[in-house]
Amino acid sequence: MSDLPYLLSLTTFTPVIGALLLLLFKAFARADDKGIVERNAPAVALVTSLFTFALSILVLIEFNPADPGFQLVEDVSWFAGFHYRMGVDGISILLVLLTTFLMPLCFIASMGVIKKRVTEYMIAFLVLETLMIGVFCSLDIVMFYVFFEAGLIPMYLIIGIWGGDNRVYASFKFFLYTLLGSLLMLIAIITMISIAGTSNIVELLAFDFDPGLQIWLWLAFFASFAVKLPMWPVHTWLPDAHVQAPTAGSVVLAGVLLKMGGYGFIRFSLPMFPIASQTFAPMVLGLSVIAIIYTSLVAFRQTDMKKLIAYSSVAHMGFVTMGLFAMNFIGLQGAMFQMLSHGIISAALFLIVGVIYDRIHTREIAAYGGLVHRMPIYAAIFMLFTMANVGLPATSGFIGEILTLVGVFQVNTWVAFGATTGIILSAIYSLNLYREVIFGEMVNEKLVGITDVTKKEIIMFAPLVVATLVMGLMPALVTDITGPAVEALIERIDAGLALAAPIGGAGD
Amino acid sequence: MMYLAIVFLPLLGAFIAGLLPRFVGQRGAQLTSTVFLVISALLSFYAFYDVAYLGHETTVEVARWFAIGSFEANWTLRIDTLTAVMLVVVTFVSCLVHIYSWGYMADDPHKARFFAYLSMFTFFMLMLVTSDNFMQVFFGWEGVGLSSYLLIGFWYKKPTANAAAIKAFVTNRIGDFGFALGIMAIFAVFGSLSFDTVFAAVSANSDRIYNFLGIDFNAIELIAILLFVGAMGKSAQFFLHVWLPDAMEGPTPVSALIHAATMVTAGVFLIVRCAPIFDAAPVTSAIVTIIGALTAFFAATIGLVQNDIKRVVAYSTCSQLGYMFFAAGLGMYNVAMFHLFTHAFFKALLFLGAGSVIVGMHHEQDMRKMGGLWRKMPFTWIFMLIGTLALTGFGIPGTSFGFAGFFSKDAVIEGAWMAGDAGRTFGHLAFWVGVVAALMTSFYSWRVIFMTFHGKPNGDAHTFEHAKESPMVMMVPLALLAIGALFAGVMFKKDFIGKYTADFWQGSTVIEGTVFAGYPEKVDTDAVDTDHTPIAGEVSTKEDHGGGYHDIPLWVLWSPFTAMALGFAFSYWLYILHPGRAKKWADQSRFLHPFLYNKWYFDELYDAVLVKNVKRLGDLFWKIGDQKLVDGLGPNGFAALTAVISRKAAKLQSGYVYHYAFVMLIGLVGFVTWSFMRGLGGN
Repeated sequence: MSDLPYLLSLTTFTPVIGALLLLLFKAFARADDKGIVERNAPAVALVTSLFTFALSILVLIEFNPADPGFQLVEDVSWFAGFHYRMGVDGISILLVLLTTFLMPLCFIASMGVIKKRVTEYMIAFLVLETLMIGVFCSLDIVMFYVFFEAGLIPMYLIIGIWGGDNRVYASFKFFLYTLLGSLLMLIAIITMISIAGTSNIVELLAFDFDPGLQIWLWLAFFASFAVKLPMWPVHTWLPDAHVQAPTAGSVVLAGVLLKMGGYGFIRFSLPMFPIASQTFAPMVLGLSVIAIIYTSLVAFRQTDMKKLIAYSSVAHMGFVTMGLFAMNFIGLQGAMFQMLSHGIISAALFLIVGVIYDRIHTREIAAYGGLVHRMPIYAAIFMLFTMANVGLPATSGFIGEILTLVGVFQVNTWVAFGATTGIILSAIYSLNLYREVIFGEMVNEKLVGITDVTKKEIIMFAPLVVATLVMGLMPALVTDITGPAVEALIERIDAGLALAAPIGGAGD
Repeated sequence: MMYLAIVFLPLLGAFIAGLLPRFVGQRGAQLTSTVFLVISALLSFYAFYDVAYLGHETTVEVARWFAIGSFEANWTLRIDTLTAVMLVVVTFVSCLVHIYSWGYMADDPHKARFFAYLSMFTFFMLMLVTSDNFMQVFFGWEGVGLSSYLLIGFWYKKPTANAAAIKAFVTNRIGDFGFALGIMAIFAVFGSLSFDTVFAAVSANSDRIYNFLGIDFNAIELIAILLFVGAMGKSAQFFLHVWLPDAMEGPTPVSALIHAATMVTAGVFLIVRCAPIFDAAPVTSAIVTIIGALTAFFAATIGLVQNDIKRVVAYSTCSQLGYMFFAAGLGMYNVAMFHLFTHAFFKALLFLGAGSVIVGMHHEQDMRKMGGLWRKMPFTWIFMLIGTLALTGFGIPGTSFGFAGFFSKDAVIEGAWMAGDAGRTFGHLAFWVGVVAALMTSFYSWRVIFMTFHGKPNGDAHTFEHAKESPMVMMVPLALLAIGALFAGVMFKKDFIGKYTADFWQGSTVIEGTVFAGYPEKVDTDAVDTDHTPIAGEVSTKEDHGGGYHDIPLWVLWSPFTAMALGFAFSYWLYILHPGRAKKWADQSRFLHPFLYNKWYFDELYDAVLVKNVKRLGDLFWKIGDQKLVDGLGPNGFAALTAVISRKAAKLQSGYVYHYAFVMLIGLVGFVTWSFMRGLGGN
């Protein structure tokens, strides 16, 4: 149906091609030309990512939002029963777009900031981009797994090599957490393939697993996705990882990697194991509320800017899991929206921290204060994203939160009640951070010479500002794309539940 | 088109002033935003006439916002009488405040930003009042909250201003918590967010039970109470009032516009707008009444002893909002709106007058350091007198002579009595509270006048000598507001609450079965009874209580007047005839004065109970929960175990643990691939 065959593959692998180019330059450059490669690597990476973004726009143009199924499907038989299968639907396409949208910003943010091993850094990010897009485009569960797990490697390196002082601890923690989840998911995937006889996601989506087995499979996937997302109480790797990661690493981590957990739930757990999902929904809703309240309170007490935003991320992802396991149309739409919205807002917030970190080299909130006197434009941008983080109407943050809340209210008013306190708590920690950093007198002498955002930084923030406001004022642009797919998902869940209803009694 | 201009001109002004001051200059920013608001205000006057008198109600669809299934809301301007009244109040006061700020903020280096915020606030407020669905109200609601936050903290160097700004935003958010839940409940019960759909379905759902937090509530009561929590936050009602006095840290024009005339009345507006819901919720209405009465009383008691001129006016605002709430709680939505309308004029007048004094005294706000200023600032003095007479409700009962507050506040108080007679819960209580609060209102209002303008100059002699009348640009807005404070009551009483009330409101809010027509003329009983026809769109579930509001006993009619006169007399006695005595009493008082002066210790209470414990809880979760329990048992415990092994190995080779982890991962991926190929090949 597409005029452009293999468009998805092209989008997915363009960054890796860029990475290979860089590798070749590096490998074949004469010793005295190595410097040139180092200097030009960021530009190559940026151009590659922009090209990838353009390709993903093409994907969006080719995409028919009215069709709930997978589109731009590619299916190539590989070897030994393996298939190379790609495709996007209303759920995944915007996550692909989020990834390709954020990557150029990461490269802009890294320019001039990363000083050591620049080429390797760019390669790591480009490979990471391919792997992330691959996660969202895979229509084969084995491919999904490979992309999902392999994505850890570049992230792990990014934290481990270009991270802060305590990077080893952080990357090790990050690794430990995700390892257990991955192993369990792997076992689950092998089980699924041997039972269903296929690794094709489209076929798996239509397969009805035995209710008893669903429970185990669901738990195995949950172990992996809950860590990725992260959900309380397996969230403690995230603040450390963020604190140690370079700015662009935090942007990708918060912007895209966390969304892979949410994507996993919506792609696998909910439609493939609907009965188990329903069984465990109360637990997930409970954990979501705890995440929202608990991490908001913890965020309030942080003294490190990145940690504060990291904890705030956990709280905001709590809205995602809450919306997902409300298991109704509004809740799921809200969860999708919240993922995209949080991707943009948290990315912007980490970039905002990055701006002053690059200038003063500390993330301690106490070291700042009174920045508005020297950095009025910065203060305005920070204000906008503070408000978006607080969920003020007219920003995308509001739509995601209110939709998930409205969705869950119809299921459980306790959960809605608890989660709504999040709108108070987010105001407390966000406004406090803003006050401490931006307002007041400038006390720290180091700040006196601080300069306002540069042109480069304005270019970096402008798309994020536009995206946040457009999504807040015209959310239909997003919900119209996700709508049909989410509707189909709900139908699938209902069918799965209905089918199992007589058996379900025995399963209890 | 006209309505689009009214609402969006302020937004345009905000953009120009906020984003383009480099191109238009500080002065240009100031000028554009002010001119846009003047146009908006003039159009609003026409709109008011067009809608309220010619009956041209209309709804303008602007754009689609969101639609997720039936959960949908659009950008819409719904213009009915209720909206038109608010349009006039908001744009009129806002445009005067813009003009006034030319003088008040003349020396401020950030004028453009200030005007941008003011215009932005006006835009959000207009979006709030023109909404035809709950979502757009919430949009405006949060937007005015943001503007208020930015304006309270406008002087961001002051730590007190920053603290006050956050306090305002967070306290408002506590209200919004209720409002948001209310919206969720509305959608869960009615499946729609549109006013028309929801209001039309109220009576059909009046017996519906909705389980909320494990308790079976009457659905309508539940919705009403949740909405009321939102209204309490925005309108600074008892328990959630703590932010309003602190909000006086903002520049005075802001206090006049946001914290007196418009934003704080949004809660009243919400209840009046949702009158069909509240009217079907007698329990909630009783709660509204009691909270309103409590606020009216409590804020007045604090106002008695404050020394900061702005704080007195702030507590007075809080108290008057209480009046509006108990009027609404007693079902007198039109009376509540009338008081909102007149209050906007005289309270803005008092604030701007106080601002004029503050400027004249070189930013001194402590009334103990003032006195005798009437010679120096005669015009300000006269305008403040007019404002005070209006606030205290000066007028002769039984005649048409009176200041604005006389018609509206006395109608609230007397209406409360009549509502009590008609069987409304807490009606009589509200009446007595209203009378007592009126006495206190009169006392503290005159106290301001006497301490500021009369007696001997008590402050710094130098400051007094240099005190001078404010410039024209500040006096003109005062004069216009004074006209409102003089005539808004007598001109509009018949329309808002009198015999034309049904024609005037045209169903935009619920008007009690019996028309409040009895004031101040002696009303012919039959006329009222024939007037008693159901109003279109009215969904009143109450039975007709017969009697009506028209036979007000004479003593009830004279009670507010007596209270006002007593308050004046006592104030005169204490501050003019016996200066110094008040201070002596205050010093001697061990309990009452400190209790009132410290605002019933609410801040201390909240700090001890809430703020401290929230911090403690945050620390507990972080340091014990995350660091000790989760990390200690999880990754760190595991890491400690492996550390022993890996350290040795790590030293042997590259020295980095992560290389090992990396190799492990690669090995894992390899193993996986291999096992798959085998597994699949077998199939």
